[in-house]
Amino acid sequence: MTEPDDYWDLEIKPKSSLFDLKLKDVWSYRDLLLLLVRRDFVSFYKQTILGPVWFFVQPVITILVYNLIFSNLAGIKTDDIPGPVFYLAGTIIWNYFSECLTKTSTVFKDNSAMLGKVYFPRLIMPLSIVFSNLIRFGVQLLLFIVLLLYYMVSGYHIAPNIYIALFPFLILMIAALGLGLGMIISAATTKYRDLAFVVSFGVPLLMYTTTVIYPLSEVIKKYPAYSWLIKFNPLTAVIETCRYGFLGKGAFSWDLLLYSSAVTIVILFTGIVIFNKVEKTFVDTV
Amino acid sequence: MAKAIKADNLSKAYQLGDFGTGTISRDLERYWARLRGKEDPFLKIGETNDRTSKGESDIVWSLKDLNFEIEQGDAVGIIGRNGAGKSTLLKILSRVTSPTTGNIKVKGRIASLLEVGTGFHPELTGRENIYLNGAILGMRKAEIKRKFDEIVDFSGVERYIDTPVKRYSSGMYVRLAFAVAAHLESEILIVDEVLAVGDAEFQKKCLGKMGDVSKGEGRTVLFVSHNMEAVSNLCNTGLLLNNGEIAFSGSTYDTIAKYSVVADEIFKSKITHHALSPDVTVDLFEIDKSEITTGDHLAFNLTLSCKTNNNFQSVAIFIYDEYDQKVSFIDLRSNDLFMVSGVKTTFNISGKLLHLPYLPGKYKIGLHVQSNLLLKDFFGLLHFEVVQKPMTDDILPYPLHVRGRTEIDYSFTIK
Repeated sequence: MTEPDDYWDLEIKPKSSLFDLKLKDVWSYRDLLLLLVRRDFVSFYKQTILGPVWFFVQPVITILVYNLIFSNLAGIKTDDIPGPVFYLAGTIIWNYFSECLTKTSTVFKDNSAMLGKVYFPRLIMPLSIVFSNLIRFGVQLLLFIVLLLYYMVSGYHIAPNIYIALFPFLILMIAALGLGLGMIISAATTKYRDLAFVVSFGVPLLMYTTTVIYPLSEVIKKYPAYSWLIKFNPLTAVIETCRYGFLGKGAFSWDLLLYSSAVTIVILFTGIVIFNKVEKTFVDTV
Repeated sequence: MAKAIKADNLSKAYQLGDFGTGTISRDLERYWARLRGKEDPFLKIGETNDRTSKGESDIVWSLKDLNFEIEQGDAVGIIGRNGAGKSTLLKILSRVTSPTTGNIKVKGRIASLLEVGTGFHPELTGRENIYLNGAILGMRKAEIKRKFDEIVDFSGVERYIDTPVKRYSSGMYVRLAFAVAAHLESEILIVDEVLAVGDAEFQKKCLGKMGDVSKGEGRTVLFVSHNMEAVSNLCNTGLLLNNGEIAFSGSTYDTIAKYSVVADEIFKSKITHHALSPDVTVDLFEIDKSEITTGDHLAFNLTLSCKTNNNFQSVAIFIYDEYDQKVSFIDLRSNDLFMVSGVKTTFNISGKLLHLPYLPGKYKIGLHVQSNLLLKDFFGLLHFEVVQKPMTDDILPYPLHVRGRTEIDYSFTIK
């Protein structure tokens, strides 16, 4: 051995610095991340006949129901955009967010058997959730684009514009929000599971404070005093900006987007820090 | 020789009991103490880890102030009773959980096999699972690809490699899982009793592979097992844990010998004041040895007492093996018994079992009691172990399973 005797590759100790995020470790396990995403994708449609087609079924049925109930029955305006395409834009974004959030929030509980037996950077697990759902989101986005083109060809006034360029950034924000919030909740539920119940009924309710089934313009028109509540939700800016870019309608403002970005960064960072703190001993309490 | 692992005052505390509304106030208290930079108030009152006795607090030290060093290239057998802290130590070393105080320093990459087949997905094929499992264990994809054929070859399930593993037999599953793990490239290999699975042929193959790992390739191996034969075959040094502390460390042979002494505590060779019924009590029941070799004698001493006069129709000692097969029934009926038990409330039977023809293994002793008030078998009162006779010449004994059920004395001549 040429190394001096007091050189050690690894020191296992009780606590580490709060901001030691071990991102380098995560990078060296990137193959695992890919394989986990692949596992999720492949196992999703194993032993089904329709296979990946199932990715389309859920959003299609959802927007049909939304269109029937919220647009036709309740008469909520959709900014002069055809119902299905309006709802689909909100739904796929919301679904991506809520899947990331709920799956991440139970990541320790769901994978405790595996995480209790072998070490790898724990952050890989929530990241694999985000990427797996990104694939699903991508497939659903195709559906959205097909629907969009259909309405454009059939002569509806839909005007995609340069703000589409913001789209990748918006996706990043949704993922970060879902991931960050999910990690905060997952850390909080390893010892006391109370919060898990809040998530199970809270997330579907949260959808109604986001502009999924109604445009922000309607809220401002009807309840100007309460519109701040909707704007307060960082997802509102994301969905509105997205609709503005693709459909040419929506309440877009740089202020709102900037606010959302700031909230997202804070949540994501808090999430990672808390997650890293909890991952070291969650095995003992989960 | 360079050190591979060095532990300094390593301790790990666990909280016992249920987590509920009661624990949150204490958590807040602990948090408040930490915030002020004080010592955690609940860790101070921790006790040693003895699972058999009830403690005062619900904090238990699974490991307490462990200090040890392991040289590079050593194969270390970690032994101890259930709950001695072996698995906790391995968990800390594999970074699944972190210590409460103290630290461990490690040189080189650690591969830990606390379980084989971690992360296997039943819906995926053998091929897909090799990649996934390999990556979970810390291999890069290119590395797995390079070793893929070797892994499949070692596992011996080539024909099923493109079938989902949920269709595998449990043996095939384990073979595949171990094959992946056995091909990890690491300086330190940590193995928890994973060899208890699979058929004999495969177990041998695994042991062989592990032997190669430590002897041939100069890697450090930590091996936890209750199988002393495997430990003595594989390891050159031993570490004996007892109640979360190091009871002994040294050569494998010495460690195993010390372990038998510790283990004796559970190999009860004597019980006192053991109530069989509200009326009948075993005042004393003992055997003179807890470990004999085949053909040895075993003396016993039994005192029974009753609150009222019992007429005992029968008292018998029965001996059964670790598979709960009764191997002997020692009938203690006699006219004396009928006479004595009718008039006295306390009486003693003592005697000797001659030339026990048992194969090596663990045995338990029970009592069969029949009186006008009681008719019952009582199991597992005493324990003893039969060990292999020392070998006289170079001829190795046959494995146990081919040797039948009893050992008899014999002599022979060859002309």
